[in-house]
Amino acid sequence: MPILEVENLSVSFKQYTGLKQKTHKVISSLNVTLEAGEILAVVGASGSGKSLLAHAILGILPRNASICGVIKYAGEELTPDRQTVLRGKEIALVPQSVNFLDPLMRVGSQVRTSVKNGDAVSVQREVFERYHLRQEVEKMYPFQLSGGMARRTLLSTAMVSGAKVIIADEPTPGLDPDVIKEALNNFREVADNGCAVMLITHDIESALNIADKIAVFYAGTTVEVAPVENFKGHGEEIRHPYSKALWRALPQNDFIPIPGSQPHPSSLPAGCLFAPRCVMATPECRQVQPEMRKLRGGMVRCIHAT
Amino acid sequence: MQLEAKDIGFRYGNGPWLFQGVNLTLEPGEIVGITGPSGCGKTTFCRILAGFETPIEGTVTFNSAPLPKKGYHPVQLIFQHPEKAINPRWKMHKILNEGWKPNKEVLELLGIDREWLERWPNELSGGELQRFCVARALGPNTRFLIADEMTTMLDAITQTQIWHAVIEIAKKRKMGIVVVTHESKLMQRLCQRVIDFNDFS
Ligand SMILES: Nc1ncnc2c1ncn2[C@@H]1O[C@H](COP(=O)(O)OP(=O)(O)OP(=O)(O)O)[C@@H](O)[C@H]1O
Ligand code: SF4
Ligand SMILES: [Mg+2]
Repeated sequence: MPILEVENLSVSFKQYTGLKQKTHKVISSLNVTLEAGEILAVVGASGSGKSLLAHAILGILPRNASICGVIKYAGEELTPDRQTVLRGKEIALVPQSVNFLDPLMRVGSQVRTSVKNGDAVSVQREVFERYHLRQEVEKMYPFQLSGGMARRTLLSTAMVSGAKVIIADEPTPGLDPDVIKEALNNFREVADNGCAVMLITHDIESALNIADKIAVFYAGTTVEVAPVENFKGHGEEIRHPYSKALWRALPQNDFIPIPGSQPHPSSLPAGCLFAPRCVMATPECRQVQPEMRKLRGGMVRCIHAT
Repeated sequence: MQLEAKDIGFRYGNGPWLFQGVNLTLEPGEIVGITGPSGCGKTTFCRILAGFETPIEGTVTFNSAPLPKKGYHPVQLIFQHPEKAINPRWKMHKILNEGWKPNKEVLELLGIDREWLERWPNELSGGELQRFCVARALGPNTRFLIADEMTTMLDAITQTQIWHAVIEIAKKRKMGIVVVTHESKLMQRLCQRVIDFNDFS
């Protein structure tokens, strides 16, 4: 049984322009599952809903947001009450924004309050050493940290929490290569010890080194879930045309982009959301939005994928 | 038309030197990369090149004269976080036309949709906003562009689109570019030579 299941999640925001209230849906149908002992990398277009998914799982979306669909933890629906109990203990977040640190608390203490097993002080010192944070850093307040130091503090907090699910939202930008490597190895270690990890990242290459599966997001939907081994060569084994295009655009591959951009949530096309940019599109694609279906040991939301 | 940084040194207050003795001469049309560990002062150096910060030691000259203090700045800086570089209370068309009126060619190259101009900044994704910041920095009098982790927060397709557009414009106008990125593969694709900040700290 998967430890975390997200089925057909949609997220909408209420917005006011003057007195008029408008609701717009920014995520329309996200599906992901996390297994214990596994790392799932989540990649995709910027603005495709990756951070919102993370926040929906943790139950920390802004107040004007409403969600539909089901999120299950250990087989049971994750209600707001359960989210409050589990947050930071069984389900931990490494947030994308460094503004998540408590501005009034020394960072060493922040990490210590999250320690689950062992002596809080020594566990905190060990993890700081691992992430190349000097001992004097534990006495600092968040405003005294550089962006990279703040990110390493956030990573430390999640790593010492003993959580069963870790959701890391872009944990590595701005870090040095050796610290990135350390952090990624650390994710692999906790996964090998039975934790489930969701690694949201634009760094596809690093993700491939440590993840088991990769989920690709586009315009608020999951378009593909694939074993990492499929991402190689010219992307022949990749299922969805968007994932293929993303792979080929990487500097180490063709470095050639497809034209156009992801549709805005307020003006989604009919049918397949990728159709306006897809070279394989046929009139059929513009009729209804394709469902996720199984294909070659993965999943794809495309009627023509083979 | 050179941008020349000579013997640049910088530190905050009485703190230790972030770097000293940095030399960089950028010719028109040249693309140079800067690498170095996080916190080593790459961003500070970019701000010095664009005239936002005064170096403690050394000088920056444009065309053998000091950087201009007034008027349109010939050295334009683009940051990693577009949301920090724009006024959230302005609609996009106002933000876009702040320094110059980007022509149709620039808008098309950068893939800026006409319909986006009527939106507020929070109604666009990071990738869309960054296109505006790039368009805004590409005025006809821009001679050098400083791109500090310009596409770090973007997906690979958007990253490649923006870089292709910028390089095409730079070639046409013989504009020089400084690229800061931690992505070595991107650096190899873009840059003719690379300066390592490890050598100056
Ligand atoms: N509070 C909000 N109100 C309205 N729209 C929002 C809000 N927060 C996010 N959005 C919109 O929801 C969409 C998804 O945002 P999200 O932050 O999840 O993207 P992302 O995939 O994490 O992108 P990135 O890779 O740039 O971090 C975007 O179009 C964004 O503009
Ligand atoms: S369903 Fe059609 S338009 Fe959509 S990705 Fe597949 S081929 Fe392209
Ligand atoms: Mg995000």
